[in-house]
Amino acid sequence: MTDHDDITPALRESATYPTEMISHIQSMSRSGRYEIRGWGAKRQVPSFDDLSFITASLSRYPLEGYRERCETKTVLGSRFASKPLELDIPITIAGMSFGSLSAAAKDSLGRAATAVGTSTTTGDGGMTEEERRASKHLVYQCLPSRYGFNPEHLRMADAIEVVVGQGAKPGGGGMLLGQKVSERVAKMRTLPAGVDQRSASRHPDWTGPDDLTIKIGELREATNWEKPIYVKFGATRVFNDVKLAIAAGADVVVVDGMQGGTGATQDVFIEHTGIPTLPAVRLAAEAIREVGMTGKVQLIVSGGIRTGADIAKALALGADAVSLGVASLIALGCNSPYYESDGEQIDVTADYAALGTAPGYCHECQTGACPVGVTTQNPELSKRLDPELGARRMTNYLKALTMELTTLARACGKNDVHHLEPEDLVALTIEASAMAKVPLAGTSWIPGQSF
Amino acid sequence: MSVQTDAPTTLDVRALGVTAVNRALRALPDGAQATLVEVRGAHNLAVGLTNKINITINGNTGYYVAGLCDGPDVTINGSVGWGVGENLMSGVVRVRGNASESTAATAHGGLVIVEGDASSRAAISLKGGNLAVAGNVGHMSAFMAQAGTVLVGGDAGDSLGDSLYEAVVYVGGKIRSLGADARVEELTEADIAKIREMCAAAGFDHINPENVTKVASAKQLYNFDALKNQRY
Repeated sequence: MTDHDDITPALRESATYPTEMISHIQSMSRSGRYEIRGWGAKRQVPSFDDLSFITASLSRYPLEGYRERCETKTVLGSRFASKPLELDIPITIAGMSFGSLSAAAKDSLGRAATAVGTSTTTGDGGMTEEERRASKHLVYQCLPSRYGFNPEHLRMADAIEVVVGQGAKPGGGGMLLGQKVSERVAKMRTLPAGVDQRSASRHPDWTGPDDLTIKIGELREATNWEKPIYVKFGATRVFNDVKLAIAAGADVVVVDGMQGGTGATQDVFIEHTGIPTLPAVRLAAEAIREVGMTGKVQLIVSGGIRTGADIAKALALGADAVSLGVASLIALGCNSPYYESDGEQIDVTADYAALGTAPGYCHECQTGACPVGVTTQNPELSKRLDPELGARRMTNYLKALTMELTTLARACGKNDVHHLEPEDLVALTIEASAMAKVPLAGTSWIPGQSF
Repeated sequence: MSVQTDAPTTLDVRALGVTAVNRALRALPDGAQATLVEVRGAHNLAVGLTNKINITINGNTGYYVAGLCDGPDVTINGSVGWGVGENLMSGVVRVRGNASESTAATAHGGLVIVEGDASSRAAISLKGGNLAVAGNVGHMSAFMAQAGTVLVGGDAGDSLGDSLYEAVVYVGGKIRSLGADARVEELTEADIAKIREMCAAAGFDHINPENVTKVASAKQLYNFDALKNQRY
């Protein structure tokens, strides 16, 4: 027996073909189709985590964290709308459709947004009575599909969002698989129940920024120039897109980074299109500044916003507000191992297992079999989310986020969260420094700029 | 400008501007009549109205004339730009001339009549409304049309009815090509009755209801099935 006979060689995973890639290839070879799933990009990309605040010390003094006021009021749509949206906090709820989400989930989000004085947004499929009733400030989306688009709802809305695209699938249309196209969803969208609904990727009645100018004009005429008009797109050619949206007459530009979520789309879209939210916010703010619209056109940023720190960093880089999508669903219970009923925790790990997943890993929104009742149209599963409990959870989350945000702002010496600025930040990686255009920590260096 | 309830109102678009004209139209009581003059291709005329009034527009218009309406009847004595009657909920919109792209796009109800030709993507994403075109329609017409009826007196361009859902298209002339999942079906008595009804409403007497081609969805794309080699 030689010295090396008792050594078991370590398993060596291929960097090109890791187990996850082997599974992906074999899944396609068996089914002949691409993977469709929910959520946003799961890959690691440069993010707000790669930035840190350089808070007050000797050269700056902080505000008293628990005593001095830090303003969070946020006004959106002051450029042309006669009735801009006045929100108590700069944290809004992103557009997510009834269809993709259960009625209870939409109801929960609306009630929570109202409780903290912010807005929620409809989605592909139109406005439900429940969400209009629950939401003090409701943004009505005008999407390429125009499913359920109704001029009466347009007039009932508090703002209008023309959706050009979203971060999870810039350049692609929405998708709602047949198992979620219930009778009610189908009726709202004028579709046969049970079809795999594939939304258009382009608007049916305009193409390009010159047309968009006229389309925005139509929406303003139809609503007597009262309502703020947002233009939302997925983060790709952000600098030019923001300038074009402003030229087209947008009051508010919404930029959704590649971490932005979806209820269902191709995995290849989710992981391989767009740019991260971190450079997107900086590019958008630069574009607004270049056309002299800082303070006139507002910027909302979304795509992987989770914490008060993310929000503070987005605001420091030039955003006026942020939007939450996936994070708000997690607050409602998405990926929780249990749901609550009459104060009891009911374990649903077996339901996750039936979907081939587990709590903490689930992105199976497209199946409509959400174990916690958030992204489903199944009446029984929907009952697993109590709208009152959901609203309470979401309200708590929004309040906690606001506290985190103001904590950081005060520590930077700001009495208004909108006073946060790039100068308050440093980058922890060279990539983040280049993307956010803030110096690498401990240096005055920003890649791409002269020493 | 004078807005009266007991006499036709004339609104000069050039002098007043589009917003003032739309506000004046919105203020009219049900049953009122208004005539728009000096139109000069203006966009967004008579949009988002809910009152049951009669509007006559003398001249060519730009985009979205009578878009987002739920009530008025609108006649345009001229040709129109993109999206005439887009997202119409009810009412009759009549174009005496030709229509550009996306005529009656996403219309949920009502009837859009084009006495000339309509360009590409006519009745795109139609959601229950009706479109009657006396002449020809361009390519990709009735694309993703979900519900409602399209009647074409002349010819239809390429890819007619691509990805249709439950909407039905009737073509009096030739069809250059059908889009994905569209197919020709036999006319039924109900179809013929529907065509007669639309011809009567539109005032078309050049279409023989028993001699049109019916196009509807083959419904092969309703659910994704990779094994069928669908164009998905």
